[in-house]
Amino acid sequence: MPRSIERDEVRKLLDQGVQLVEVLPQEEFDEEHLPGAINIPLRRIDEEARRRLDPSRPVVVYCWDDP
Amino acid sequence: MYEYASGKQDWLAAGLPTEGRTASWPRAGTVAREDAPTCRLTERLGDVAERTRQAGWDVCVVVNEVGVVMGLLRAEQLEGEQEARVEAVMRPGPSTFRPHVPIAEMAQLMIEHDLGAVPVTTGDGVLVGVLRREDAARAALAWRREHGEEHEHG
Repeated sequence: MPRSIERDEVRKLLDQGVQLVEVLPQEEFDEEHLPGAINIPLRRIDEEARRRLDPSRPVVVYCWDDP
Repeated sequence: MYEYASGKQDWLAAGLPTEGRTASWPRAGTVAREDAPTCRLTERLGDVAERTRQAGWDVCVVVNEVGVVMGLLRAEQLEGEQEARVEAVMRPGPSTFRPHVPIAEMAQLMIEHDLGAVPVTTGDGVLVGVLRREDAARAALAWRREHGEEHEHG
């Protein structure tokens, strides 16, 4: 279960090289996303997460807002 | 593994940097004036009105000690009883807008609703600046001329 964090902690983690993952559809990601984020749409997360993410580094996932 | 639960809307609403196709588009937060006059609830209206006039504005934003917008003094309120405290005459809880709203959208909204100036705040209500209608319209027009209207709609 991921731990919920707020904006300030995201900014700190970004400075520490966290892997930032936007799970919105590609179109929305292309339009605008957080600095350094990669896009893994939610429906593809199972197949792509293992391949694209480094398991030794922390990961922050985000979508538009609280589901 | 962490989850940024407030998500992209929270990040954009705070006016933080982004990347992507529309990241460089002018927004409410980039066009809003940061030098707009502000005052506190307990100030004397006459002092605030004088300060606002001298700064060349006809609107003053009432903020608390951490910059959260509490109310607004437009020309009508600024001309009120000069000995009154700001809190007694201000318009409480004004409509505010987030920094990430595209400027063309803001210009259209301000024209349609005849809004001369509006506070732009973060999602936490902290004042970013005041967006004037003429600034919004000018920036939107310049953007359209430079980039073509199709970009306004993505």
